[in-house]
Amino acid sequence: MERLSGGDMLIRALQDEGVDYIFGYPGGAALHIYDAIFRQQRVQHILVRHEQAATHMADGYARATGRPGVALVTSGPGATNAITGLATAFMDSIPMVVISGQVPNALIGTDSFQETDMVGISRPVVKHSFMIKHASEIPLVVKKAFFIATSGRPGPVVIDVPKDTTDPSELFEYSYPEAVKMRSYSPATRGHSGQIRKAVDLLLTAKRPVIYAGGGVIQGEASAILTELTRYLGFPITNTLMGLGCYPATDPQFLGMLGMHGTFEANMAMHHSDIILAVGARFDDRVTNDPEKFCPGAKVIHIDVDPATISKIIAAEVPIVGPAQPVLTDMLALLRERIEAEPALLDRAAHAHWLEQIAGWRRQHGLDHGLMGQGSNGAKIRPQAVVQCLYQVTGGEAFVTSDVGQHQMFAAQYYHFDQPRRWINSGGLGTMGFGLPSAMGVKFAYPDAVVACVTGEGSIQMNIQELSTCTQYGLPVKVINLNNQALGMVKQWQDMQYGGRHSSSTYQDSLPDFVRLVESYGHVGIRVTEFADLEPAMREVFSAKLRDRLVFLDVSVDPEEHVYPMAIKGGSMCDMLLSRTEQS
Amino acid sequence: MRRIIAVLLENEAGALSRVVGLFAQRNYNIETLTVAPTEDPTLSRLTLTTIGDDRKIEQITKHLNKLIEVIKVVDLTEGEHIERELMLVKVKAVGAQRAEVKRTADIFRAQVVDVTGSTYTVQVTGTSGKLDAFIHAIGELSILEVVRSGVSGLSRGEKVVSL
Repeated sequence: MERLSGGDMLIRALQDEGVDYIFGYPGGAALHIYDAIFRQQRVQHILVRHEQAATHMADGYARATGRPGVALVTSGPGATNAITGLATAFMDSIPMVVISGQVPNALIGTDSFQETDMVGISRPVVKHSFMIKHASEIPLVVKKAFFIATSGRPGPVVIDVPKDTTDPSELFEYSYPEAVKMRSYSPATRGHSGQIRKAVDLLLTAKRPVIYAGGGVIQGEASAILTELTRYLGFPITNTLMGLGCYPATDPQFLGMLGMHGTFEANMAMHHSDIILAVGARFDDRVTNDPEKFCPGAKVIHIDVDPATISKIIAAEVPIVGPAQPVLTDMLALLRERIEAEPALLDRAAHAHWLEQIAGWRRQHGLDHGLMGQGSNGAKIRPQAVVQCLYQVTGGEAFVTSDVGQHQMFAAQYYHFDQPRRWINSGGLGTMGFGLPSAMGVKFAYPDAVVACVTGEGSIQMNIQELSTCTQYGLPVKVINLNNQALGMVKQWQDMQYGGRHSSSTYQDSLPDFVRLVESYGHVGIRVTEFADLEPAMREVFSAKLRDRLVFLDVSVDPEEHVYPMAIKGGSMCDMLLSRTEQS
Repeated sequence: MRRIIAVLLENEAGALSRVVGLFAQRNYNIETLTVAPTEDPTLSRLTLTTIGDDRKIEQITKHLNKLIEVIKVVDLTEGEHIERELMLVKVKAVGAQRAEVKRTADIFRAQVVDVTGSTYTVQVTGTSGKLDAFIHAIGELSILEVVRSGVSGLSRGEKVVSL
């Protein structure tokens, strides 16, 4: 058997796990590991400019590919800087393994230089964590970490590695386990057939059904089967912010996103439904509005791999614990069997009437997807139009990452995602600074894909240092900056709820010249201030000429714009503000 | 409603802190907590008491089950069960009090386990309610120090919580 040092075993285990990229930043406690990286070729290390960005890159990589992202940081500040990225991944159930250097075992607990209790400080925001006690444990711990991160409800796992366990002078026998079995961890792999039968019985009684699908469908690789089931039943479907792309957005059965900034028709359909089939969604407060007033006439079928999510906020009539893909497969098979035997079981007349009612809501207050065709005659550029322009120019084929705020909601509302894993944003934690590094992670995973980061001048400044990393690795991501010279969503809330007092949400006079800024990193910057220039500039961003360049499109958008619809606080799902003057 | 929850978990460093951390993070309350290895030294048995309605307890048990090191979670209060707690009480015992404390201890089937010229240390076992009653009977004024183990429990009958 081969004998390796702890540091070499760690990197070798990552190779054996099939890892191709590690996003990280070196430091004292991680130096043995970094030396092990230097002495091999199979795993490429990407040097970031801030550890938070490393975790978001790993996260973006994972969201785009479905494979776990890997980040490596040093002890102390390296570890604490990784916390935001861990929490971001944790909230959105993203598989990730973060390896942190730690001071040597003998120094732990002595307040030594760059010491912090990483296992302790990360505990609430990880699926699980390990501290290496002895180098010989490394292969098994790495195997377990990847198994835990990727199975069941996925999530980030931390491996904290004291420096002495990676000592290059101490060699141990290395063999990477083929599989791992843990007596205390066995996530559900199938749904309970009795529960699926009950769900089918209930679905067949529906007059006004809605399918409400979330990120669990994407994480569970269940988009294809969900699409098949939805089309088979002919039911309308809405997606959560995390679920966008799990059902083709351009399909007529699709109602758009639901929730706080969801479409009028999606929220109205939810509120007036009689049966809700929830798949891989968790009834987040940004979806339900006041849970007491949530969809009063609806019975809920809730499919989720995490039993703790079921009946947490809204009681489920039929709970089904299991991964979306096998559950939906079993459900569709049973539906087919039942309906083929007795076609009248589905009340198609009622469903047709229901779809017509929803179409009416859409005609009444649906989003206007034709802003680009309307021209604008010197008026300020509406941020929604920029997203529509991006959609047209990229043919709906781009990977779109976003930061957090108004631009995120506009992107979610106006870019139509027909495929899963194309829309990448921090939905649960709402992490500003996520967009650029996650786009970089996507670009590493798919070098030939078009990757656009829709951001704002606030969010982009939270990890703008990564423009330097893009220079180092020649990463041609495209940044679309909806520059409204303010923290738009904060300002919107202040307009609505605080009498327009813009407390610490504006900074017009202190913004950088983004074009010159990105040029100083060696990238291409383009500024647009007139509507007429928007489309030509967008075409230039994605032109063959600039294919291999990072292009930063800085668009001056209307600073007065608000995101609508917007849920009315404390109301039900059908209580929405539709514009500055209208409400539902 | 008060619940007694039994948890079987891996006897590993950090496992207990995850259980305790969960309660803090999710705003659940721990009234008592007791934990020790079982006959199998790789396993720990933890008993905790908490207060909550059915919905909250369901969430607590589900979240406990989610912890990677947790093997089994049982709400003992769902069925017939036995609960025991041990308490050591150091009380003032001078003059007439000495006989009175001894008499009260006998009534509660408690034992005096340490004696000085001015104090008795009494060991009481039983349900938490019985321990509370003993404190009440002795009277707070004469109590010098109290230490309670927290509740341990298991199901009545043939039901067991094991691997």
